[in-house]
Amino acid sequence: MDETGKVASFTGRFFSVGIQPRYENRELLNQCYKIGYLSFPLVGLTSFIMGLVLTMQLRPSLVDYGVESQLPVMVGLAIVREIGPVITALIFAGKIGSSIGAELGSMKVTEQIDAMTVSGIKPYKYLVATRVLATTLMLPLLTILGDGISLFGSYLGVNIRSVTSIDLFFLQVFKSLDFSDVLPAIIKTLFFGFAVGIVGCYKGFSSSKGTQGVGVSANSAVVLSSVMIFVIDLLAVQITELMGLN
Amino acid sequence: MEPKNNKPIIVIKDLVKSFGDKVILDGFNLTVERGTNVVILGKSGSGKSVLIKCIIGLLKPESGSIFVNEDNITALSEDELDETRTKIGFLFQSNALYDSMTIRENLEFPLLRHWVDITREEVDRLVSEALENVDLLHTIDMMPSELSGGMLKRVALARTMILRPEIILYDEPTTGLDPVTSREIENLILKLQEKNHTSSIIISHDMNCVKNTADVVVLLLEGKSYAQGSFEELAQSTDKNIKQFFD
Ligand SMILES: Nc1ncnc2c1ncn2[C@@H]1O[C@H](COP(=O)(O)OP(=O)(O)OP(=O)(O)O)[C@@H](O)[C@H]1O
Ligand SMILES: [Mg+2]
Repeated sequence: MDETGKVASFTGRFFSVGIQPRYENRELLNQCYKIGYLSFPLVGLTSFIMGLVLTMQLRPSLVDYGVESQLPVMVGLAIVREIGPVITALIFAGKIGSSIGAELGSMKVTEQIDAMTVSGIKPYKYLVATRVLATTLMLPLLTILGDGISLFGSYLGVNIRSVTSIDLFFLQVFKSLDFSDVLPAIIKTLFFGFAVGIVGCYKGFSSSKGTQGVGVSANSAVVLSSVMIFVIDLLAVQITELMGLN
Repeated sequence: MEPKNNKPIIVIKDLVKSFGDKVILDGFNLTVERGTNVVILGKSGSGKSVLIKCIIGLLKPESGSIFVNEDNITALSEDELDETRTKIGFLFQSNALYDSMTIRENLEFPLLRHWVDITREEVDRLVSEALENVDLLHTIDMMPSELSGGMLKRVALARTMILRPEIILYDEPTTGLDPVTSREIENLILKLQEKNHTSSIIISHDMNCVKNTADVVVLLLEGKSYAQGSFEELAQSTDKNIKQFFD
């Protein structure tokens, strides 16, 4: 509970200190590159496999009900609305949450963060604001790309047993998807990304001395941000429900 | 450059700092006159590093006051504190170089952020000059992980000096260096004192360094300033707590 308060005030500083000028644009770009671009291969691979496997596993049930032709629609909805955003976010939390936690944690214990402070530079601004902004912007992009790759995997999955043209497959998927399926799914990834960034930075900044402290920061950053992703997902579904978007 | 006023540059009154129920500083007093070097002596763990971290505002004392240039550090807002910090150089005992940046970037980092109108040529000139001062110009494009311990200390010194601070707080500037390099560092400290009229607090166990650089020596014992005086005065003392440092 004590920790909740600390995380909250750490988050609050993002909106006070973090968004004041002057902006650290170069560091922001650098972080976007590291956090977004370098995560793409991993996200691409997992998304592809997920789309393929999901399709292969759903097919028998749909065949039983005689609605095999609905396979692209079912998979498309599942991927775009839920599985794509959540799996991508969890992979992201594992890769990026831990690396931010470890990086800032080791900067903390070797007094590099203090060194910034004593030279009159706000480490929150240079280190935290840039990383949180980068995770918030990059996760939605990764999710959109991941969704696309997943659907391609699914297309291959459909084609293992029957033959569909890629045009027809994507036509079927997109016809079944509404604006109200896509938009809330993408918006929630903004929050997932924000959570991964804030939690990683918070854990790094509160790292205790020693190599062990850094390991603990990295590890607990992943655990806490993964839990946060599910909590946000739960809230998101309630909100879309209330707004009548379901 | 030469400041006209001759009020003390740092005044510390009744400083108390503890961690949990362990009291580290217990009513510490110190006055640093403008343009002088004050050396702090004290056993390992006596709170020397804690003291200078309080001065720069990294640690918040429980009570007491710290005046730097007549600003009360303990009462400043974060933004005001950042402003004051640009006038104070701080050498970490652990060096604390940014290990993801090259040596050049380490030195540029404060420059580019505080002197926003500075030109590229000017930055390059200041960085080269600072590295030349510590004889390490050839390392400019290396990463900190490629340098030896002594070289890191010298780079850290160069970074500390780059903003031409009026006050420099050195945490063990010569520890771990060979006698020749130590002597060079001492000369550099003296040169800065003379040229920029820098006032310094130097933490050191290295008696050669103390002897060469100190205008005033302060012995920190049990959280208080136990003794104060010139190197010669303390060296001749018969008090056993003082004597053990000079034997
Ligand atoms: N952040 C901290 N949290 C808890 N205790 C601390 C902290 N920093 C320092 N201490 C304690 O304060 C005491 C003084 O530490 P300090 O680093 O000032 O010693 P020092 O005089 O600089 O010693 P040395 O000569 O070995 O560097 C030590 O007992 C240390 O355990
Ligand atoms: Mg120390």
